[in-house]
Amino acid sequence: MAVQSSFKNMTICLLAICLVCSGLLAGVYALTKEPIDAASKAKNEAAIKEVLPEEVAKIEEERSIEVDGVTYTYNLAYDESGNTVGCAVNVAPVGFGGPIVIKVGFKVDAQTGKNLVWNTKVLSHAETPGLGAKCSEPAFADQFKGLDPVAKKLSVTKDGGDIDAITASTITSRAFTNGVATAVNVLSAIAGTPMLIDNATGASSTEWNAPADSTVTK
Amino acid sequence: MGKFQLITKGLIKENPTFVLLLGMCPTLATTTSAINGMSMGLATTFVLILSNIVISAIAAYIPDKVRIPSYIVVIATFVTLLQFVMQAYVPDIYETLGLFIPLIVVNCIVLGRAEAFANKNSVVDSALDGIGIGLGFTVSLTLLGVVREILGSGSAFGFKFIEGDGILAFVLAPGAFIALGYLIVLFKKLTSKKAE
Repeated sequence: MAVQSSFKNMTICLLAICLVCSGLLAGVYALTKEPIDAASKAKNEAAIKEVLPEEVAKIEEERSIEVDGVTYTYNLAYDESGNTVGCAVNVAPVGFGGPIVIKVGFKVDAQTGKNLVWNTKVLSHAETPGLGAKCSEPAFADQFKGLDPVAKKLSVTKDGGDIDAITASTITSRAFTNGVATAVNVLSAIAGTPMLIDNATGASSTEWNAPADSTVTK
Repeated sequence: MGKFQLITKGLIKENPTFVLLLGMCPTLATTTSAINGMSMGLATTFVLILSNIVISAIAAYIPDKVRIPSYIVVIATFVTLLQFVMQAYVPDIYETLGLFIPLIVVNCIVLGRAEAFANKNSVVDSALDGIGIGLGFTVSLTLLGVVREILGSGSAFGFKFIEGDGILAFVLAPGAFIALGYLIVLFKKLTSKKAE
């Protein structure tokens, strides 16, 4: 059926096939690069909008900040008159199957200094389907909606906190909750005011001048 | 073998999942829900049809000793193309299947059909064979996905009809083996009756 193999024709044949294929791939890559970037950008923006309050009119470009030796990225958001009203922080706590990438949105009130966790969105995760994967479902995730990090303790009830864990998925719930707590810490660093009940010690200090670091164990 | 039979044989007589038992890795991994199974099946079908066409067209010019690397390069090219296109235009499906798309390259169905059918048959026949086997694979994966989703999550194609959790094991790996095993038994029983 096929041609007799010789060193020359084998080399030429493979070379030709690889050349044609890589040319084709380069072409399609160039064609799809723009839509791929646009899709990932649109997805990111949609996720930011989803976790921030409605009055947000303008979302700023992504910035980054270093907290406890880890670099986090975040977007600030303004209302129509230019006041900071929201902040979306990206965190990636390690869950049961790998990092859970979460965007945590805050409603920021610059005047009263009162900041609420507004909404959370899981961007990617590798948790067990049917168990840990439920962390993006309302039953669990809605606990963080409108949560005041000063009034509630951000750890699962098993650890003495105020968050009900997903049944049979304590590791995922713990990671998720820690992620939100990390985000609160990051926001503290951004705003320059600490705003979290001390997770590590369990002390429910609501004092604003409490140290911002030392709180979240990753 | 008639042209029509080339398509239908993939559904029952040479069903890749239940009879040939090929491509088990993506079968077990992606059928956690009906939609996932179906998308994986369709993605594989796309690659299978195109690679069958191209390989049957170029097989006569490829020296025998380098045919496998040549086929693999052709298949890998189509898979990568598919990956780019899905990422650009259907990012949601890409996200669910992302990890498994590259695995189509090493899916034994694709290389298996290239080696067993496409390199000995005409372009038209190979395309039909690709359609047939691809459809068989898609139907099987969807079926397995439906069964696992109903038992595991109490829903089908994302529509929840039973409150609560279902038998979680069916969404996890062990359930994949159990469900697949029983479906093969059922399939054999149905087809053997037909043969008699």
